Amino acid sequence: MKRTVPLCIAALVGFVLILSEFIPFAQSWGRTAMIWFDILAAFAFVLGGANLLKIHLLKISSQRVGWGYSVITVAAFTITMVIGLGKFGVTPSESFPQFTWSGDYLQDGSGFWWMYQYVYLPLASTMFALLAFYIASAAFRAFRAKNTEAIILLVTAFIVLLGRTYAGIWLTADPLAWLGQTLYGDPQALAMFRLDVVVEMIMGVFNMAGNRAIMIGIALGIVALSLKVLLGVDRSYLGSEE
Amino acid sequence: MTRSTSHPQSSRLAVLAVLLLTGSGPLAAAPPRPPSQVTVTDLPNDDGTGLVVRWNVSPDDKPDAQPRVVGQYDVERKDAADKNAEFELIGEANFGETSLEDKKCERGIAYLYRVIAVGLDKSKSEAAMAAKPVTGVLQWIDGTRLWFGLIGVVVCGAVVSFIRIAQSGRELKIRKIAGLEAVDEAVGRATEMGRSCLFVPGILDINDMQTVSGITVLSHVAGLAAEYDAQLEVPTSRSLVMTTARETVQAAYLKAGRPDAYNEDNVYYLTDEQFGYVAAVTGTMVRDEPAACFYMGAFFAESLILAETGNSIGAIQVAGTAMPSQLPFFVAACDYTLIGEEFFAASAYLSGEVHQLGSLKGQDVGKLIGGGLIVIGCLLATLASLSAEDGGLSGAVSYLKDHILGDGGLLP
Repeated sequence: MKRTVPLCIAALVGFVLILSEFIPFAQSWGRTAMIWFDILAAFAFVLGGANLLKIHLLKISSQRVGWGYSVITVAAFTITMVIGLGKFGVTPSESFPQFTWSGDYLQDGSGFWWMYQYVYLPLASTMFALLAFYIASAAFRAFRAKNTEAIILLVTAFIVLLGRTYAGIWLTADPLAWLGQTLYGDPQALAMFRLDVVVEMIMGVFNMAGNRAIMIGIALGIVALSLKVLLGVDRSYLGSEE
Repeated sequence: MTRSTSHPQSSRLAVLAVLLLTGSGPLAAAPPRPPSQVTVTDLPNDDGTGLVVRWNVSPDDKPDAQPRVVGQYDVERKDAADKNAEFELIGEANFGETSLEDKKCERGIAYLYRVIAVGLDKSKSEAAMAAKPVTGVLQWIDGTRLWFGLIGVVVCGAVVSFIRIAQSGRELKIRKIAGLEAVDEAVGRATEMGRSCLFVPGILDINDMQTVSGITVLSHVAGLAAEYDAQLEVPTSRSLVMTTARETVQAAYLKAGRPDAYNEDNVYYLTDEQFGYVAAVTGTMVRDEPAACFYMGAFFAESLILAETGNSIGAIQVAGTAMPSQLPFFVAACDYTLIGEEFFAASAYLSGEVHQLGSLKGQDVGKLIGGGLIVIGCLLATLASLSAEDGGLSGAVSYLKDHILGDGGLLP
């Protein structure tokens, strides 16, 4: 029973969503199903918040390794929630000026907005900025010329990187125009070898072909997996077959 | 005395009023001329709740007019059968636009429409009426998706057929997937080293198929962890994923005969925020130094941060995702990467059940159709470009592009 009910719900909702793609009459059913998902997710969000507090409070009380970070997490969670729910710094809305809490908690200048703007955004940007360093270290490893494939990858990457800078165009445009003029009497005769043109070809032909092959495989994989889930053939996401 | 002084003052006021009225001339400009030829037709391929209103722009709506006379068009409608009904505004279109889709009609009701040109000063033209009321028509099938549906039916039919064939006992050959073979090795290595395994199920919710596929791999990893007595940690970025992952891990421990070893606190929620989640997971990685890291699900910019951190702590890493833009990062930083379809094949491959493996064979039919269409398309396009005539070949190419691969429907 514990497995059958979720399977039936998954199958029913899944087939409704498929039907809504092809039968206009069923489109509203699909929208209703998605609203139900949002409602469930909203309930689960409370569960998530409670779990976060429980895990970190346990960590603090038992003073496990890294419990100091848990203190920061719990403090940040509590402060954000209090300021957001308490609507600190929020001015009443024009429609209900007599109610102090009638303003939007996200309005410019509110406490929540301030925290988002001056605490969360800089922290998120810092994490994102780390990506530049990680790209450099990953590229260093990936482009090591240890075999034929790696050499091809390295050369291609070098051409693409160079071709996307001004230097790449500057290095090849004028010399190729001069060579084309000298050899064939046409400055555009060798234009296809300009780095920016080569880059376009690499990205538009080789890279695009590879990408599309992967995309077709992904689409077919999604179809097969969805079908197995809807038909109840694959129940591993429920943990077991029983 | 008072009366004699008040007379020149009132004259001055009168002059001032005249001047003000004269000065306000541009504000009181004539309203724009109305649009013309308002027609209303049914919105195709919908559930009968959509109509399309079209009109010819007002003669005052000129693209190069400075200042612009017409600012927008107000489209209004009323229930034609209700004699007391008044016109209600249902949408606004910018200047220069000649149509508006009204998707909020009630099925079966005939509506009468009118369009009004509105000047920049909010002055309104006379209303241009549609000739007759129109009712939306319900279409049972969305004609634009017929080809998509047909191909879908063939692929789904092939998947189901191969599942049946596999169930009948015929042996199916499936190639080895190194990334999935490595899952056992990674958990075994973590056990030998006495360190934990970390499983990251992506950052999207459970309604994404990548997350579902990730959870199926988690089921296998949890089973191995239970069997080998290794610790498994699953930080999630969605509450529903946490709930599902807990069920999955618990069931896997139960199946392995070690329900006592299951600790629900090892499957926990962090945050929905992308970089907050990354900060927490990488922090855990640096502090706990897990020996095996699995990244299975939907990833975005955080993929490389996670994989490079895992690399820096020397963990054996297996990743699987269907995000093409993140695959190169995982390939560069992880030991094994499941690329696209391999990732979705995980549950069938890891379970080893014949009826599930049959679905993988069914996908091959889809590849055949895709490959066939590519070859036919290339041939037709090449021949059409070589042919001087602008006839059948180019028509076939455009049918392939616009109808079979596009949303043109079955009929040309």
